[in-house]
Formats: sequence, C-alpha cells, structure tokens
Amino acid sequence: MATTAPESFPVHEDAHHDAHADHKPAFFQRWFMSTNHKDIGTLYLIFSIFAAIIGGGISGIMRFELQEPGIQYLTWWAEFLGNPAGDFDSALHLWNVLITAHGLIMVFFVVMPAMIGGFANWFVPIMIGAPDMAFPRMNNISFWLTFMGFCSLMMSAFMPGGTGMGAGTGWTVYAPLSTTGSPGPAVDFGIFALHLAGAGSIMGAINFITTIFNMRAPGMTLHKMPLFVWSVLVTAFLLLLALPVLAAAITMLLTDRNFQTTFFTPEGGGDPVLYQHLFWFFGHPEVYIMILPGFGIISQIISTFSRKPVFGYLGMAYAMVAIGVVGFIVWAHHMYTVGLSVNEKMYFTAATMVIAVPTGVKIFSWIATMWGGSLRFTSPMIWALGFIFLFTVGGVTGVVLANGSIDDNLHDSYYVVAHFHYVLSLGAVTAMFAGWYYWFPKMFGVWHSEFLSKLQFAIFFVGVNLVFFPMHFLGMNGMSRRYPDYNPAFELWNWVATRGYEIMAISIAVFFANIIYAIVVRKKAEGNYWGEGATTLEWTLSSPPPFHQFETLPVIDDKAGAH
Amino acid sequence: MGIRRAAEYMTGAAIALSVTAGTALAAAATEAAPAVEAATGGYVPMKPTPGIGMPTEGAIGFQQQFSEVGHDGQFMHNWVLMPIITLITVLVLGLLLFVMIRYRAGANPNPSRTSHNTLIEVIWTLVPVLVLVVIAVPSMKLLAKQYETAPKEALTVKVTGYQWYWGYTYPDNGGFEVISNMLPDDEAIANGEPAQLAVDKRMVVPAGEKIRIQTIGADVIHSFAIPSLWYKLDAVPGRINEKVLEIEKPGVYYGQCMELCGVRHGYMPIAIEALPRDKFEQWVLEQPGGSIGDPEENADETAAADAEAEDAAEATDAAEPAETGEAAATAA
Repeated sequence: MATTAPESFPVHEDAHHDAHADHKPAFFQRWFMSTNHKDIGTLYLIFSIFAAIIGGGISGIMRFELQEPGIQYLTWWAEFLGNPAGDFDSALHLWNVLITAHGLIMVFFVVMPAMIGGFANWFVPIMIGAPDMAFPRMNNISFWLTFMGFCSLMMSAFMPGGTGMGAGTGWTVYAPLSTTGSPGPAVDFGIFALHLAGAGSIMGAINFITTIFNMRAPGMTLHKMPLFVWSVLVTAFLLLLALPVLAAAITMLLTDRNFQTTFFTPEGGGDPVLYQHLFWFFGHPEVYIMILPGFGIISQIISTFSRKPVFGYLGMAYAMVAIGVVGFIVWAHHMYTVGLSVNEKMYFTAATMVIAVPTGVKIFSWIATMWGGSLRFTSPMIWALGFIFLFTVGGVTGVVLANGSIDDNLHDSYYVVAHFHYVLSLGAVTAMFAGWYYWFPKMFGVWHSEFLSKLQFAIFFVGVNLVFFPMHFLGMNGMSRRYPDYNPAFELWNWVATRGYEIMAISIAVFFANIIYAIVVRKKAEGNYWGEGATTLEWTLSSPPPFHQFETLPVIDDKAGAH
Repeated sequence: MGIRRAAEYMTGAAIALSVTAGTALAAAATEAAPAVEAATGGYVPMKPTPGIGMPTEGAIGFQQQFSEVGHDGQFMHNWVLMPIITLITVLVLGLLLFVMIRYRAGANPNPSRTSHNTLIEVIWTLVPVLVLVVIAVPSMKLLAKQYETAPKEALTVKVTGYQWYWGYTYPDNGGFEVISNMLPDDEAIANGEPAQLAVDKRMVVPAGEKIRIQTIGADVIHSFAIPSLWYKLDAVPGRINEKVLEIEKPGVYYGQCMELCGVRHGYMPIAIEALPRDKFEQWVLEQPGGSIGDPEENADETAAADAEAEDAAEATDAAEPAETGEAAATAA
C-alpha cells in the first residue's frame, strides 16, 4: 500500500466505492469478531429473542403453576432440573429461582439488549449520519460481555443455592436473604452475571454518548436529532450513572458472602436497608432505561404514519431529560414499608408523582402529533397506538402506588406486579414489537407480513390484558407477590390470567411465523418503504443499508422536519 | 421508630424463644386442647366470619377494612384516585379513538404542518400538576395519620419474623412469646378457617385500642402484612420498626409475609385475633408467664423471660389496663 501512489489508487471511483462498502468479512469474522454496528445490533436482537424464549417460558411455568391453588407442577420441574426427588423444599426453592430468573432475564437480557443493543445500535449511527459507532471494538465487547453474563446466569440455575439448585433471591437480590440466607455458589454466579451484563451496558453507554456527541453529520445539531436518538442519549446517561451503583452494591454482596465483610449484616454494624437504597438508586433509573428507548421508537412511528413532524419536539426531548433526572431521586418509593420516616415517605411520594407530569407531556404530544395528521394504520402504527393506551394504564396505576399511604396496602402485592407489567411487558415490549415491524424490512431487506403483524397485535393485546388486568384485582384482594400457592379466593382471576397467557403465547407463535414468512417469501423492501412521512436518515439508504454507510457524510440542511 | 443494637435484642428473643418453644410444642402435641379449654371456660380460638379479614372469592376491590387508616385509605383510593385515573385513561382512549377516526388518511389526506402550540403545551403541563396537588393533599394527610405514634400506655407487641414463622412477644405482659406456625390446609378447613392463612397460635390483641407493633427480622427480611387492616411493616434484621395498629372490632384478621424470605416465604401466614379487653386479659393470663397489672410485679415474675431493661421501663410506664381503653378512645 505504501508504494501505491495516491493518484493511482482509485478510491474515488464510484463503482469500486460501492463494492468496497458492501465487502463483508467471512462468516466467523463477521459474526464473532464483529465491529459493525449493524451486525452487532442484529446479534443483540437475535440474543434478545433467544433470551425472551427462556424468560417467557419461565413465566409459562409460573402461570400454569398458579392457575389453581396447590402445588401442581413445581415438584416435577424441580426433579427435572436435577433436584432430589420428592423434596418439597427444593420445589419451593425452584419457585424462587424461577421468579428471580424471569426478572433478571427479562430486564437485563431481553429488554435492554433489544432496545439499546439492538435498535439503538442499528439506528443511532444511521439517524445521526455517522458511519458507525465511536468505538466499534468496544461495541463488540459489550455484546459478548452481555452474552457471557447470560451464560453465567444460566449456569447459576444448576449450582447449589441453599435449599435447592439456583439463586432464589428475587431479581432484587435483597440482603440478608442473598448473603447469609443463600449459601452455595448459585447467588455468586447470579451476581457475576449482573457484573458482566452491567460492564457491557456501561461500555455501551459510553459508546452511545461519545457517538452522539461527536459523530453527528454536519448540520445535525442536538436539537435536530430524531427523538429516538434523544431517548438513547438520555438512556445512556442513566446507564452510566446508575449501573456503577449496582456494581458497587453487588460487589459488597459478594464480599459479605465470601470475605466476611458486614456491609449489610447488622451483627457487624451493617444494615440490610442500605442494600435496598443502593439497589433502588440503580433500580429506579433502570426502569426508565427500559422504557425511554421505547418512547423514542414510538415518537418516530407516530410521526412517520401521521405524516407530520413530532408535536412539541423540544418539550418531548426535554420531557425525557426530566424523566431521567427525576428518575434518580425517587428510588425509595420501592421501599415504603421498610421503615422510612414519615418525612422521607412524604418526600418520595411527592417526587414520584412529579414524574407523571413529563410522562403526561409525552402522551399528550403523541396524540397532538396525530391531531391534524393523515394517519396510516400500518402494523408499527397499530403497535404504537396500543403502546400509548397500555402505557397510560400502567402509568396511572403508578400514580396510585406513588402514594405511600396507599402503598401500605398494595406494596409487594399483585397490584404492583400488574403495574410494572403494564409499563414493561405491555409498554416496553409493545414498543419493541412496534420498532421491530417499523424497521424489520430496513434491517433485513425483506418484508414481514403486514397481515401477520396486525394479527399478532390483536392476539397479543387481548392476551396480555387478560394476563395482567386481573392482577390488579388479586393485589387489592390481598394476594402477595412471589407465592407459588394461594387461598382459593384468588383462583378465579389466576385462572383467567393463565388463559390470557395461552392467548399471548399464540401471538408469539404468530411472531415467529412472520419471521418464517419473511425468510421464505423474501419480498424485497425498497429504501424508503414507508413512503412520505418517513423523514429520518435511515430512509435515505437502501434496505438493508450498505455494510458501511455514509462514507460521504450526509449534510443536514436547515429545512424544518428533519426530525 | 428506632434502630437498636440487634445483638441486644437477639439475646432477649433467644431467651424468650427458649422459654416459649417448649410450651408451643406441648400445645401442638395436644391438638384437642381447645375443647378442653372450652370446658374449663378458658380461651377458645374464635371462628372467623367468612369474607371478613380474609380475601373474598373473585373480588375486584380491597378487602373490607377494620381500622381507621384502612377506611381512610380505601376512601382515598376509591373516591380520589380511582375517579382520577379512570378519567385520565378514558380521556386518553377517547382522544386516541377520535384522532384514529377523524384523521385517518382516507378522511384527511393532507396533513397539517402544525408542530408547536405553546399555550396547549403549558396547559397540559400545568393541569396534571394541579391534579397531582389534588391527590397529594389527602395523601400527605393520610401519611401523617399512619405515622401517629401510640400513646405511652399502649400495649406493645413485638413481632419477630423467623424463617418461616412468626413470633409475637408481649413485653408488657410478662414477655412471653407466642410462636405462630401455619396450619396445613386440611386442618385449617376442618377448623373452619381459610386455607393457606390459618395458624396454630394466633397473635391475640385487644380490639378498639391503639397497639404499638414493633417488628424485627430474626434472620432475613420479612414483612408483616394484613390487608384488611391496611397494615404492612417490614421486619428487618438489626432494626426495630414501629407502627400503630388499631383494630375496630373483635374478629380474626388474616395476613401473610409479603417480603421474599426464602423457601417457605409463602407458608408463614399471619392471623390476628382481636378480642374485647377482658377476654384479651384472660388469654394473657393463660399464657405461660403471662401477667396483667402491676408492672413491677411483672418485672419480677418474668425476669427470666424478659431480660431487657428497656422493656421493663416500658412496662413501668404502662397505665392500668382499664384506663388504656379509655385513653385510646379519647385519642381516637
């Protein structure tokens, strides 16, 4: 190369340029040593779907166990997973392992990888007109650390964890149940999983912040960035500030467990409640980490299919910033019954309710975006409309739970389960499906079936509402979370919820059928297949985009509506 | 609410446990005990009223409440929060349906380019703030009420969460501890009690007066929760949490542990039996080491069971039981 004279090296020749742009490395190099943001995004999405099958399968085991009072299937499952036959306690331990694994998998290995690893990796560089992420190699490490974290969590299920195999501490890993209460390596492996996934996410956050701040195309000012990019920027800051606190907390758990420190052990001067403060200082921003990218996706979709720019763009962007900032000062509303003083409880009640204001701004702005628009009900739009409604239901029950005085009854009941599944399982996951159908042809170059997508929405909508709406009733009637068995008075709504799960499962079958449809039919997608209204930069590229896009940076002109 | 040295308390609890564990076992050994006691005019566990103090079949709302904060909480939820959140949800749903119909591409082929309207943005920021203020005012009042401390002479019950059962210690009455284990479903149903919720020995308290509940966890965190009394307080190792409980009328009220505490988390229910003052005192006197009345006498009698100086001090402060009821009534 060094001997080649510059003028004889035809880098400016168009034909060669394109060929170079689409030159892909060999299979192993491309998928196992990837530095391409789009390939890594695809890896994250595949990984997330895989983890969702496990996490969702676990919820199936739990739902069927709960459909009637008594212990039906747990003992069988416990035996199947290698516990001694006929040991009732190991069956009950398995229950705790299942709730723990379901929570950790869904939070760390489904929603976060799909939203941030998948969609954000794919579309943040494209939307800001950058050729790739700022640190492509670190991007790769982020993915494989997350993958290894998942492996560690899976391994923990087959390690002794006290009364049975696996870590049965709940996803919150509260001390002292997670320290003196759980001998055996299972909890250590669970903690290690969080460390790995957390390190991966922190690196991802650094990558996104650097990319968004430094690699925007000429003319792409911060206030012209698409809202999805804004949502990822806020999310990345939340990750960067919250995850190290989790890492510190679980490291203290590790040393309490293995090196006789007593951070959370009262006998040595520690305090179990300290762990809860540390955990929720991370944990509350974490729930916004899961939902904010969804907000971004929904904003893009609503704007596209209304053929209108987002209403109140600045309000929308800064509402997310406000949610992110306030999200850091409301953590103790997860701890209302732990013995807070009345002043603490009043403060956290007030602060928590404040979050409803920027959230309301977002809901109303989405509706205002559609107001006066020309709405096309494509599959992503239908999922987005479903999101707005379901997220509203989950949001208003959040206002109920924000009241410390009401939470004295509802804390740790099924009402809470209903609430956070409405905002996450029905909110974040609905946003994920919306994003999936919005960008599927863009990412893979072939069409999904719009019919199957809409069918999936209809079945999913009925199913998840049947699963989770009755849980409000169960919680008010006094049913506690994390119970494998219950009084027969709770049977009716548990039975309904299990039927809802079956319906929801059918919708997931339709989802996979849709992927098979896309693979078999291979109907090619154009560059801007949504047509007028789709104004962000990904629509200026082919579907799928070239292996390396924007070797010549796009220039964003001053005309309004870039977002 | 205060944090005290755990070790100190643990020692006290351990002694109390060693004293009462034997008697608990003895009682468990003779299951026919209630019948015998009935014959001699002693304490007989009250039969619960179906649907009272327990979940009701297929219910879609809160359990019937039997405490003042319960009534207030239920009112706040049913008449402040529910109307507001229902209205908001219906409003959002209505707007969604309206724009879906009115602004569908077929009906409105040319979209407007409006993307700002400062007035409406200010309105939809300020109106929610006002709505939240409407919620916050009664919410804060109720919070303050839930945190009112018990009068000095109020009965104290120490609730200890163990893996996986509850211990109820009565420091004002000789410091005995009642160990409360779950009854198997068949026994519960045979007794006319709800499955999964019945226990062998209940926490017995006087009805109609303020009781000082103090919770602590002996091993991991548990949560002492009774839905029909709007009561939930975590039992955390190393700290004592305190909150007032006032049960309006005699009855049996069931609850469960509501903080994940290990394998048998789902199998450590709570049953509180509220009795009129005189019946409660009768029950106390039947307990090993149980006593009513002159606190100094109590302290002597129960020195072995209750080694804590603090508790003796609390007992000294206690007024005559007959007056306690009046005091509570005036306070209420």
